[in-house]
Amino acid sequence: MSTAARLALVAAGIAAGAALIAYYIASYLTQTPPVVAATGNMPSASLTLQTVASLGFKPHPDWVSYLAKNPAGKWVHSTVLRVPAHSTINVTIYQFDTATGLRNPFWGEPRGIANATMTVDGKPLKVLDPDLASHTFAIPDLGVSVPLKGVADDAKNQCSVAPCTLAEAHTTVKFSFKTDKPGKFRWQCFVPCAAGFPLGFGGPMQSLGYMDGYLEVVG
Amino acid sequence: MSATAIPVVRRPVWRRLIGFNMLTGLVLGIAGWFLGAWVGGQIAVGHDYLLGTDQNDVGAFVGYLFAVIGWLVGLGFANYPIGRLLGRPPTLRHHELGGWTRYFRLCTDHKVVGIQYLFGVGIFFFIGGLNAMLMRTELLRPIEKAWPSGQYLTLVGLHGTMMIMMTSAFILGPFGNYFVPLMIGARRMAFPRVEALTFWLTPAAGLILMSAIAFGGLPFGWTGYAPLAVEGRGGVDAYVTAFILIAISLTLVGLNLLVTIVTMRAPGMTWTRLPIFVWGVLATSVLMALAAPVLVATMTMVLMDRAANTSYFLASAGGSPYLYENLFWFFGHPEVYILALPGFGIVLEILPVFTRKPLWGYRLAVAGMVGVMLLSFMVWQHHLFVSGMNAGLRPFYMLTTELISIPTGFIFLNAMGTLWRAQIRFTVPMLFALAFFFNFLIGGLSGVFLSDVPSDVTTHGSYFVMAHFHYTIMGGLVFAFFGAVYYWLPKMLGVVLNETLAKIHFWLMFVFFNLTFMPLFAAGFLGMPRRVSAYAPHLQVLNDFVSVSAFVLGFSMLVFLANLVWSLVFARIPAAENPWASRGLEWQVPTPVPVENFERIPVIRSGPYEYGVPNAPAVADFTPAALPAAGS
Amino acid sequence: MTTAASAQIPRHGIRIVLIWLVLTAIAAPLIVFVLGPHLPPGNMTSEAGSQRDANVLLTALLVPIALLVVTFFVYSFVVFRNRTGGIVDGPPLFGDAGVQLLWIVLTGAIVLALAVWGSYTLIVSSHGAGGGQGPSPVDQPKGHEHALPVQVIAQQWEWTFRYPTYGGFESRDLAIPDNTLVAFHVTSLDITHSFWAYELGVKADAVPGVDDIAYVNARHTGFFQIRCAELCGLWHAHMAKKGRVLSLPAFQAWIKAAKQKNAVVQKYLAPYSDVYFPAPLRRAG
Repeated sequence: MSTAARLALVAAGIAAGAALIAYYIASYLTQTPPVVAATGNMPSASLTLQTVASLGFKPHPDWVSYLAKNPAGKWVHSTVLRVPAHSTINVTIYQFDTATGLRNPFWGEPRGIANATMTVDGKPLKVLDPDLASHTFAIPDLGVSVPLKGVADDAKNQCSVAPCTLAEAHTTVKFSFKTDKPGKFRWQCFVPCAAGFPLGFGGPMQSLGYMDGYLEVVG
Repeated sequence: MSATAIPVVRRPVWRRLIGFNMLTGLVLGIAGWFLGAWVGGQIAVGHDYLLGTDQNDVGAFVGYLFAVIGWLVGLGFANYPIGRLLGRPPTLRHHELGGWTRYFRLCTDHKVVGIQYLFGVGIFFFIGGLNAMLMRTELLRPIEKAWPSGQYLTLVGLHGTMMIMMTSAFILGPFGNYFVPLMIGARRMAFPRVEALTFWLTPAAGLILMSAIAFGGLPFGWTGYAPLAVEGRGGVDAYVTAFILIAISLTLVGLNLLVTIVTMRAPGMTWTRLPIFVWGVLATSVLMALAAPVLVATMTMVLMDRAANTSYFLASAGGSPYLYENLFWFFGHPEVYILALPGFGIVLEILPVFTRKPLWGYRLAVAGMVGVMLLSFMVWQHHLFVSGMNAGLRPFYMLTTELISIPTGFIFLNAMGTLWRAQIRFTVPMLFALAFFFNFLIGGLSGVFLSDVPSDVTTHGSYFVMAHFHYTIMGGLVFAFFGAVYYWLPKMLGVVLNETLAKIHFWLMFVFFNLTFMPLFAAGFLGMPRRVSAYAPHLQVLNDFVSVSAFVLGFSMLVFLANLVWSLVFARIPAAENPWASRGLEWQVPTPVPVENFERIPVIRSGPYEYGVPNAPAVADFTPAALPAAGS
Repeated sequence: MTTAASAQIPRHGIRIVLIWLVLTAIAAPLIVFVLGPHLPPGNMTSEAGSQRDANVLLTALLVPIALLVVTFFVYSFVVFRNRTGGIVDGPPLFGDAGVQLLWIVLTGAIVLALAVWGSYTLIVSSHGAGGGQGPSPVDQPKGHEHALPVQVIAQQWEWTFRYPTYGGFESRDLAIPDNTLVAFHVTSLDITHSFWAYELGVKADAVPGVDDIAYVNARHTGFFQIRCAELCGLWHAHMAKKGRVLSLPAFQAWIKAAKQKNAVVQKYLAPYSDVYFPAPLRRAG
């Protein structure tokens, strides 16, 4: 082998190895669930979400999760939501999960939403008993935090596989909040609802697409 | 010589792939992982409290265990014990065949293991560096921008853990294994098979750690504080396993070098003639052998908390997070000196060669290293000054921590005394050694802020700490490592490295290292906590400056890589036997070093640093008549 | 090694010392008078002030030490470099017992002085220097029995603050009165966090099951930054808030308003306690 060929071979080998490692790390860094757009445009749009106790399909069939409805009316397993800027966002969340309980009752008070009031199954509510909370929908950077009431533990016809249908036991939480300028904001459920994990903050709580997501506010 | 009498069998390339080598190890390791995960799943059925979470830690740990067994069997570590059981005679010969394939197999030649370490650890060092570049990309903006915060924290954990794991063996692995036997006049290490094992555990640990990101990452720093680690996702299992493996490896490295240095010195190699690098290795070995087992225990407890539902660290179930912090730092602080001491050894080894003067205050240097070694076990709670544990003991740990600066100061006095009225040659290894002193000076003095409790209340957990330990580890150890690379590579690889590229590498690295980490002291003082993906907007200018400097620092590593590839593959200028005109014993043997190192065990006639001494005897007598020949 | 060489030795030494003295004479006043007032964490509380004093003194002490070493090195590079281009041996100096002894005595004296001074400021003059001291503090300021207790509760990922002497009400915002000794009782509901009130000079780990106490006495009113200084997971970087030091009347008014504001959730609060152990989970699946 000539020296030039040898050099080329070694350089190609190093480049291939580096590319492989870079691809491995980069694919991890950039993996996000698909984007689900809200229905409607400025100045008002609506988001429809549901939470399920166990997803029922791979890769994590037993994880608790949010799902979002896309404008075509199909449920998508994602927590990356796109909403218009400078608009009122009307959110409807169908809650199919039972209560976990809040570690801190402060999360039981809805904040950052219109009239400081959410409606739960059609009734307005200013604060939720922390024992009844199942999840929260919170966007700290926008000051939004809404507790979601859980389904009673002894309810009949509980949903176990996502996406759940409204025929199954659920509560309906409605509220609206205002978006300001465009940006990408992270949102999170702050209830330690990862069943089975120590302290309840493992697995789905730390994973995009489950109890953690992005709100993309676009101009 | 008996070693050269073994015929080297030339085989076609495809045939060399089959057999006990790295490839087989990889295949068996991956097969072992799947088998272990299945077995672990069977064990866990009905017992695992985490069933129903899709995260089967029992399966993960048994999987990793089987993977490591498969990896070692594939490399041929089972052959010798089985052969002995079947009555074969004990021998090392069959491991020491020539040819390039021996670098990818179990080989008990300490020189091969040294080169395996150099490249193995180097690859992981570059991966750790890549992670740092990706972190600095995120920190270009004060808000979370480039990567989601879970992924960012995984980068932090991966960078920290990879660097700590790999840099622990950064000098003892390549240079300790390669040069300690040569420097003390021995033909091999005390336990050559253990030596091979210590190396081959290292890539296993590195690969397992890399696998963490396939299982959800490890969203904490290298410290893996326990309640957070216990609740973490599956990547934590990889972190725990990798750390256990590397700690076993470090313990064995320490014991092996310790026994070698104590028992295998050539006649005439008295303790006061021992090269100072060997003293550094000796002190480090003691630390490794004593501290690393504590890490195995700590990580095993985390493993138990995760897989077996114990609660060592869960306060609500009667455990204590303090237990983890104590155990971890009881390993963690000696670990810091595992990183620093070999660096001391290297720079003090390099200085006399390029000042053409004896090492000034040899005994003081030895006392400094041994003093650091002893004190390093008595300071660990200075990491916990604001933890609320043992507040009454804070003055004690403040005192012990500050006492460490006395023996460390000895090393500086040695350097200053050696430079005094010297004939300094600014070669590349010398530049790195001198830069070591500048960086370590900054690192050491900034440590005084952290040892003083009132000041530590401000600086603890901030970027100030981060800048401090990068000055000691990166500015100290990594600079010493590159000094050693440029100093010893001509002997190890038999080629000359390009000096122009080497100088470009040095100046880029030195300047941009300081531009990267000096501003971070300010960031810490201004209130920026460690390990954040978002920070206060007024710190953006500072952080952008640091990021850009860090990218150039990263680029300087590529210059080194290009130099290595160019010199090793293309230019291939053969190195002289003793290009630096050093008196070191390792430079008196031919290049490439013969398998048996010395034809006869040399008899040491004088110390290694007697430059300028009128009528100093040659360092050793290589053909002593009275002693038995090799191969006995 | 004859008279010429021995005449050279003191000259180098004196030159180095002179250069160093000049550099120190320039640097030390700059550090104390120009940089010093800007060193963290400011002067908002007496604890922060003691930390800043420590930072100023250490900088003023350590920079000259660094200058001495750097001066020596740079001087050596210039004066002791090999100018012949060939390999020339230097003088075979193996050490000097006097110099080594002097060095040991000097470094030892500096280190011991630092340790004594550090312990003195920690225990006597700053009473723990704002650091967390655990459930039974050893360095207690005078009048600590009457300190205003403020409980800091960390959780993933939020701070809340509880005022046991004001009916145990809890708030998401932190305010403390000035010129009053405040005892922060820092604890955590889940994993280890660290409460860092930058301008107050307070840092105390929030450890589950531990009541970590730190004392602080604010000298004047203003805002301060709250950070989490121990990695606590995904939202670690976002556990940042602004707290306030208020005058006593303003603080009383704030308490009243905050009580009202948070009234709606108060009935759900757990009874006040030094530490809390919320059940890890209230259900299994």
